[in-house]
Amino acid sequence: MECAFKDLHWGKEIAIRHYLQPRTAQETLDLLSEFDGRAAILAGGTDVIPLMRRGDLQAEALVDISRLPGMNSIEVDGDWVCLGGLVTQKQVCSSPVIRQKAALLAEAAAVMGSPQIRNVATVAGNLVSGQPAADAALSLLALNAGVTILSRSGTREVLLTDFFLGTGQTRLDFRREILTRIRFPALQKDQGGCYLRLSPRKALALPILAVAVVVTAQPEKRTIQEAAVALGPVAPVPFRALKAEAGLRGAPLSKESLEQAAQDAMDESHPRSSLLRGSEEYRKEMVKVLVRRGLSRALARAGLPLMEEA
Amino acid sequence: MKDLQLTFHLNGREVSVQIPPHLQLVDLIRDVLNLKGTKIGCREGECGVCTVLVNGVPVNSCIFPAMKAAGQSVTTIEGVSAGDGPLDPIQQAFIEEGAIQCGFCTPAMALTAKALLDENPDPDESQIRQSLSGVLCRCTGYSKIVRAVQKASLSRRSSG
Repeated sequence: MECAFKDLHWGKEIAIRHYLQPRTAQETLDLLSEFDGRAAILAGGTDVIPLMRRGDLQAEALVDISRLPGMNSIEVDGDWVCLGGLVTQKQVCSSPVIRQKAALLAEAAAVMGSPQIRNVATVAGNLVSGQPAADAALSLLALNAGVTILSRSGTREVLLTDFFLGTGQTRLDFRREILTRIRFPALQKDQGGCYLRLSPRKALALPILAVAVVVTAQPEKRTIQEAAVALGPVAPVPFRALKAEAGLRGAPLSKESLEQAAQDAMDESHPRSSLLRGSEEYRKEMVKVLVRRGLSRALARAGLPLMEEA
Repeated sequence: MKDLQLTFHLNGREVSVQIPPHLQLVDLIRDVLNLKGTKIGCREGECGVCTVLVNGVPVNSCIFPAMKAAGQSVTTIEGVSAGDGPLDPIQQAFIEEGAIQCGFCTPAMALTAKALLDENPDPDESQIRQSLSGVLCRCTGYSKIVRAVQKASLSRRSSG
């Protein structure tokens, strides 16, 4: 049938020659090796399919890993929480374990995309896509998560703080490697986290700005022992506001400490003006607001509330 | 490029077809199996009008490779009630509440509502709004759609 939108993504076919559904990790690696960089991995497909339709990603074959065994559960191992590489956003946002041990991750997964997207999109895919606006990536970054990458030469662990190289670029080569597991330390009693996001609508919207915060409190001294502040999309990659974090280390619990951290985080952000996301000036101001609010909520959850909500 | 063999259940019946590897589920449903109830809006997972249920769970069929349906059970709007039989309480409620304007999002809204009520027979308004949030109504007739789901929830429970 004649298509009225030939020039738009709408009218484009997804130009693949093979759609492969391997049953084991070994079979997957063998296929990827056979195609030698001309195949791409697909799990949920909610990023890969639109990218391919727009022509922003080319591959001769898609290797659908969604049926690989043993990669779709959320497990607790001592003080660690492990997410299999095929765990979906929906699994994460509805998991009692995640709500209890990493609420900020459940909060991020709950607002990503739409229910339809969350039902199939994987958390690992959110990382591999390497987008600075990736909700779950920000929370995982603040949680000091690491990932396990499987390739023909074996497995290796990479910390998320080292994982993102540029927009759409990570240390994982999705044409040759599989992200098999995400792992992070469960939040302890003296820790609290939160995920805050500013978006044009309450649902089905990309964030204008988002912040994920984890704090470790010392309630008896009324000080902040440590804080992790992850920001996006205000730079080419999701990143940690290291200057803000340094300022918070050992800082007394006060409005001034939070104010200073918010200012530092703002200085570290480089948002661009965008028709979709607002002006640079507005977004910088909002970094300040979200960081202050995020820290305040995270501290309250860590058992160290400020007298007044910032 | 060679065609692939795909076997799955569609609206309760086993279907076996040969399809090209790039085919998305929505194109299989509309163009190969000729069921036009499932609509195509944005073709990139932003509008949700292509929603179908896979094993009872709503997915965007425009970004769901057809081969993912292998061995799975897919429900489209055509499978919600039998052709000549009575309408599903959800369909009935949409009519009674005037929850249909242009009708383009209706199949997706009805299927999403079905998935919700199958999982949670008595949702509150915020749960209804949350579960419908992945489908855009271009007529913006959301209030009536929410009321229709509330009515369907009530009538399903009173008849069940």
